[in-house]
Amino acid sequence: MATMNLLQAVNNALDIAMADNRRVICLGEDVGKFGGVFRATSHLQEKYGRERCFNTPLTEQGIAGFAIGLAAQGSVPVAEIQFADYIFPAFDQLVNEAAKFRYRSGNEFNVAGLTIRTPYGGGIAGGLYHSQSPESYFCHTPGLKVVVPSTPYQAKGLLLAAIRDPNPILFFEPKRLYRAAQGEVPEDDYELPLGRAEVVREGDDITLVAWGAQMDYLRQAAELAEADGISCELIDLRTLLPWDEETLAASVSKTGRLIVSHEAPRTGGFAGEICAAIQERCFLSLEAPICRVTGLDTPFPLVHEKEYLPDQLKVYEAIKATVSY
Amino acid sequence: MNANNAINNNISNDLNNNKVHKPGFIAAKQLPIPTLEILKADGTLHAGAAPPALEQALARKIYQTMIYIRVLDERMVAAQRQGRLSFYLTCTGEEAAVIGAAAACEPADMIMGQYREQGALRFRGFTTEQFMNQMLSNEKDLGKGRQMPIHYGTRALNYMTISSPLATQIPQAAGYAYGQKLDGEQACTLCYFGEGAASEGDFHAGLNMAAVLKAPVIFVCRNNGYAISTPTEEQFAGDGIASRGVGYGMQSIRVDGNDLLAVYAATVEARKIVIETNEPVLIETMSYRLGAHSTSDDPSGYRSREEEDKWREQDPIERMKNWLIKQQWWSEEEDTRSLEAYRKEVLDTLKRQEKLSPPALEELITDVYDQVPAHLQAQYDSLGEHLRKYPDHYPASRGA
Repeated sequence: MATMNLLQAVNNALDIAMADNRRVICLGEDVGKFGGVFRATSHLQEKYGRERCFNTPLTEQGIAGFAIGLAAQGSVPVAEIQFADYIFPAFDQLVNEAAKFRYRSGNEFNVAGLTIRTPYGGGIAGGLYHSQSPESYFCHTPGLKVVVPSTPYQAKGLLLAAIRDPNPILFFEPKRLYRAAQGEVPEDDYELPLGRAEVVREGDDITLVAWGAQMDYLRQAAELAEADGISCELIDLRTLLPWDEETLAASVSKTGRLIVSHEAPRTGGFAGEICAAIQERCFLSLEAPICRVTGLDTPFPLVHEKEYLPDQLKVYEAIKATVSY
Repeated sequence: MNANNAINNNISNDLNNNKVHKPGFIAAKQLPIPTLEILKADGTLHAGAAPPALEQALARKIYQTMIYIRVLDERMVAAQRQGRLSFYLTCTGEEAAVIGAAAACEPADMIMGQYREQGALRFRGFTTEQFMNQMLSNEKDLGKGRQMPIHYGTRALNYMTISSPLATQIPQAAGYAYGQKLDGEQACTLCYFGEGAASEGDFHAGLNMAAVLKAPVIFVCRNNGYAISTPTEEQFAGDGIASRGVGYGMQSIRVDGNDLLAVYAATVEARKIVIETNEPVLIETMSYRLGAHSTSDDPSGYRSREEEDKWREQDPIERMKNWLIKQQWWSEEEDTRSLEAYRKEVLDTLKRQEKLSPPALEELITDVYDQVPAHLQAQYDSLGEHLRKYPDHYPASRGA
């Protein structure tokens, strides 16, 4: 075991993946010699050469398209989009191309090796264009898998699993936690299963579910509620597409209450999908309406970021209101 | 390391150390790119033009592919008019540009097309049955009935499945070829697109990436005069598409796209450059889309019959035939016989493959992922119950 922050865990996973398989290739803006603007690809070019870890021109659609081509050829590209806010020029390549590659060809071709990594989320004074959480756009696209780690341990295990999974994957990294989250991480190669949630903490009165950086706020809110005698069950979804409905439904059947939380705006956010699925599955077990604690339906603000974010106090208030409904 | 040092020392950002001391602009017309022509319409060669080394067997195969595609296109448009196909899209007028480029490549080279390159696929050996299966969406369709007619693809022939969004294959071709290079294959990627698609962002992204990252791609821009109804003068300014290749830093050439020998000669040279240097090349083939954009289009609304007739005189098939006959490699009798045989083969095969069933209902949910995920299986199971309740309403699944 070693103590790593989330960024070091990502770097370590990439290092292991590149050492393990010569067809793993890291590419993106500034990922070469510089090691990426957050340093997620530090020293990889030095270790594995310019051909396997390189800078690309500044073109997100080009990066995605190039990585798709590499994957179709049998390579295992791990492409970085510098900020999730800049993924939209690549939207067509990801949604119309990567996601449909296997299906449209009748499995003649696929982009099994493709992984797109991108830092997402607020809390770093990044304003409109360095803060967004665009995961729900991609969760609406059959053919993609969407993965979001919340700890260094998860980041390494999920990223290794994502790189080796035979489907195109969007891997959203919570940049607020890049250096803030520290934890014990095995130095060896390991994978965490995709499509499976983690019950982070067991409880009886209410289920709280989220993913990525939002788990941090849920943990704090659960502690505040604990002091009031409310026992919270915490679930970290880890994979949003396909998401682990079974684990969440089992939890809600037990607690009878559910709060879903994400940083992204409420309307059309992934919480809506979770609420709909859980009320279908658990209608007769529910003691209160399922509650969403989310960002507002605004572009991501700058000076009012703290007010916008669905922080631990907002989650705490929602817990109390739901329990006393 | 040398490249890095060069960048670090380049403090003036001076690209070629060529300085002037008065403002002067350069117009596109000052740097015109010539058009390579070898073969004249009557089958003789232009003065001073040398034909490429092209053996009789290959020349005959190319020509046979050209006339096969002409026949296939005619018959499929007719079949679409009869309601036997939902959609079709012809290569008519561009057979030399498409097939000439494919013929200069090796079977191991990946072809990534736009959608009008059925000639390249036929050249690689796609059978009439395979064409029909795809267009009819039957149980033998390699694409499992998921895409509209003409969206062919086959791994066995290294022909990437066609996708409708324009130009998306261009950056993909750069990535594919980069992978070929890393694997040390003596192979490249042949990437086709139209001059209209060259306005898409993916064209610029893809050419730039291929040039900067050194990917062995032969880009072939089929400049056929129209993007549906939009003529080239409303599509781009400047000296066509070839000039853009130069701008992105790759060797570029413009050829008469109705001249099989010119297309073939240029592509043979292009492949040599691409394989030897691992750098991309751009070929712009100047041609004309003699047919409609697709069976959903009627060109009489945007261009004149006179214009079409003028181009019909430049027909690449006639020109190639004239040359072959002059070489004594082909005859009018053989031509007539071949056309008849192809017509019969296409119609007989259409009739036969029409009788096949659609793909199994299960193919609705396979290949979304490598395995069917639980949530999708649950949706499928619930669909099955519904279909069994109303079998007559869903003919493709017949209550499966």
